[in-house]
Amino acid sequence: MKSERPLEGGMRSDSPSKARPALEMGRITKHFGATCALDQVDFGLGKGEVHALLGENGAGKSTLVKIISGAIRPDQGEMHLDGRPYHPSDPLDGRRSGVSMIYQELNLAPHLTVEENIMLGKEVHQAGFLRRREVRKKVKETLDFLHHPEIALDVPIRRLSVGARRIVEISRAIIDRAKILVMDEPTSSLTREDTDRLFQVIRKLRDEGVSIIYISHFLEEVQAVADSYTVLRDGKNVGSGNMAKATLDDLIQLMVGQKIRDLFIRVEHQRGEALLSLTGLKGKTMQEPLSLELHRGEILGLAGLIGAGRTETLRTIFGLDALDKGSVEIIGKKSIKARPWSRIAQGMGLLSEDRQGEGLALSRSVMDNVTLSHFAPYRRFGFLSVNKRSKAVAGWIDSLKIKAQNPGQAVLSLSGGNQQKVALARLLHQEADILLLDEPTRGIDVMSKSQIYEWISRLAAQGKAVLFVSSYFPELLGVCDTIAVFYRGRLVDIRPARDWSDERLMAASTTGRA
Amino acid sequence: MKKKTKLQSLINLLAPFLGLILVIAIFSSIPDVQSRFLRLANLKSVATQSVIVALGALGMTVIIISGGIDLSPASNIALSSVITAFAINAGISPLISLILGIAAGGFIGFINGGLITELRLVPFIITLGMMGIARGVAKWIAGNQKIDAPLTWVNELMAKSPRPAWLWLAPGVWLMIVLAVAMAIFLRYTVFGRHVFAIGSNEATARLCGVRTKRAKIIIYTLAGLFCGLSGVMEFSRLTVGDPTVAVGLELDIIAAVVIGGGSLSGGEGSILGSMIGVFIMSFLRNGCTMMGWPNYIQEIIIGIIIVAAVSLDQIRHRRAA
Repeated sequence: MKSERPLEGGMRSDSPSKARPALEMGRITKHFGATCALDQVDFGLGKGEVHALLGENGAGKSTLVKIISGAIRPDQGEMHLDGRPYHPSDPLDGRRSGVSMIYQELNLAPHLTVEENIMLGKEVHQAGFLRRREVRKKVKETLDFLHHPEIALDVPIRRLSVGARRIVEISRAIIDRAKILVMDEPTSSLTREDTDRLFQVIRKLRDEGVSIIYISHFLEEVQAVADSYTVLRDGKNVGSGNMAKATLDDLIQLMVGQKIRDLFIRVEHQRGEALLSLTGLKGKTMQEPLSLELHRGEILGLAGLIGAGRTETLRTIFGLDALDKGSVEIIGKKSIKARPWSRIAQGMGLLSEDRQGEGLALSRSVMDNVTLSHFAPYRRFGFLSVNKRSKAVAGWIDSLKIKAQNPGQAVLSLSGGNQQKVALARLLHQEADILLLDEPTRGIDVMSKSQIYEWISRLAAQGKAVLFVSSYFPELLGVCDTIAVFYRGRLVDIRPARDWSDERLMAASTTGRA
Repeated sequence: MKKKTKLQSLINLLAPFLGLILVIAIFSSIPDVQSRFLRLANLKSVATQSVIVALGALGMTVIIISGGIDLSPASNIALSSVITAFAINAGISPLISLILGIAAGGFIGFINGGLITELRLVPFIITLGMMGIARGVAKWIAGNQKIDAPLTWVNELMAKSPRPAWLWLAPGVWLMIVLAVAMAIFLRYTVFGRHVFAIGSNEATARLCGVRTKRAKIIIYTLAGLFCGLSGVMEFSRLTVGDPTVAVGLELDIIAAVVIGGGSLSGGEGSILGSMIGVFIMSFLRNGCTMMGWPNYIQEIIIGIIIVAAVSLDQIRHRRAA
């Protein structure tokens, strides 16, 4: 094993020769059964360039990057890496050629340490026995290079923050001098602070000559970090160009194909009487007590950084986390200690931020997932009527525009946006009056987002109350009537949405000062 | 803060031993048993009694760390003991017979690993099937009865008073100790050992990072099978006959030992030291209960309680640490 130092020296920023592309793909076509995932796609990636790959869910982005990484092979078309033909047989082969991939879901072994994760699959050894000393130096240098020397090598991954885990993944990808780095939604679970630090890392890598393919639904972020873009729609390349010359509207239009007049469709609603009052509520997982009122026909946004205590607040209200002191009043009635089942009976519903882990039973059908919290209408002498249930769920599939063939289809086989609609349909189906929505639009496509915004607004018009947790300020500003900002477990400020701006939300979330 | 973590790491280091020390302390404090329980001869016999489960537990630890499970060890042990007896009885040299017995165990493990990776079924199902198959084959070979074999040096492997007296412990016990140390080093200091932990912690990640997970699993199950084969040879050595009905239910003792020792059934955690302590906790308990004259069912109840208590304590410790 060579003991080269990572990245430093070898690659230079003085000649980002965008003349010779790092990767060229020509007329790439890929079919899955009858569906055509990619149709004659051309794609070029310059050396030392951050290239955004945009498109709705199902547009073919992940198929394209899987072909680049070697996870799948195209039916047709050719690829050149640094001018040489490139046909990776599997991801390992791709990695050896200098193409590394960072997936949306964190791909780390939680029990192993930072060092062990970074070196996984490429351990330095002598006759099978690990040689750690040289390795540690190399790992340390890589973390220093990424400006994260504070990450200790011997800490198990499960003790690290999500942001730090991302850095570990990037270290793993670049420690062997990656030429091309593919990042799939790297910021979807990061706070704004961690995102900014990640962008610094990305720019540094770019200046060192690494080419980066950046996939994200956060268009503002994409504009901030990418030099150029390619938009895919229905498996076709519908536009590439220089990011500096494209407006946000241009990008959205390319992605959806039709003009979305307004991402935030608002249905008029009126604030009514108080539905939910919290007085000095403090849960075991919450850092500070909280008092808050939520009214009928009100959409109350909870802004803040990840870890600011918003999820814990929702979980305490819903009875998922234990309550320490304080009280919860629902329609004027005190209801202090409660379990999720009794909260559901009181007309409350919670949409979990962790769609795959907690929000949905992925292997079960749309029908099961929608009706799970409210079987009563279909129960007769303890038996469930499949027929009635299926009919009712078909109605929800229709009205929420869920792309599912039938109510019996497994949720697993739906796209992220459609999965999230199923989760929302459950709350609608159980006729919850108080909806606790935790990051309901995380990692889903623009179209689905827009539809979910419209539904939230429509619910308020029906006289329901919505608590809307999001780390994405534009949607809070576009959807909510009132926005409260959390900082380190404390509610620091609450005002009508029109009194807030993106900048002011950011300032309050990061400093705790109103 | 620093002091606390130091104390905590000390507790974590000692925690596995606490259970064992507690068990020994309890029996040593009972006047009736005290004198006999702590005698060297008794300790030697406890060690000898532990060999069979301990060898099985060495392989099981690796399997459980990798996130798998194996229900076939007991049947595998029976089959290996029958094959060893059959070979010796057929006039094959003891050394070759012993190797045949171990190889049979390895073969069963190899089939387990191969089926798990090729059929992509969960290990529970494959090894549940193998549990029946291996037991059946053992009975078939033995003609549904015990196979008597002439006494050879193989039968001295588990002798309580070993032939060269300076050995002090039975050769089987020494073998167990040497293999345990070797496995602990193997898991901690080799690339393969690290891959075992990675697979158990997050298999998708391991595959993504270029770990050859299929090959690794086949090796893991084959290795465990080899240990069962050796354990079967020891079983034959102890019984001096090849008995296809021996060791029924022993797989649960083996799993229990690993779990008491801190192995997590969801993978990624476990240690050889822990598993060996688990084996000895159960051996000392059985031994102590027998000395007390307590009936079998009391032992079973106590061991049941120990399993649940040990694992829940471990859980609490982890939650604290997290």
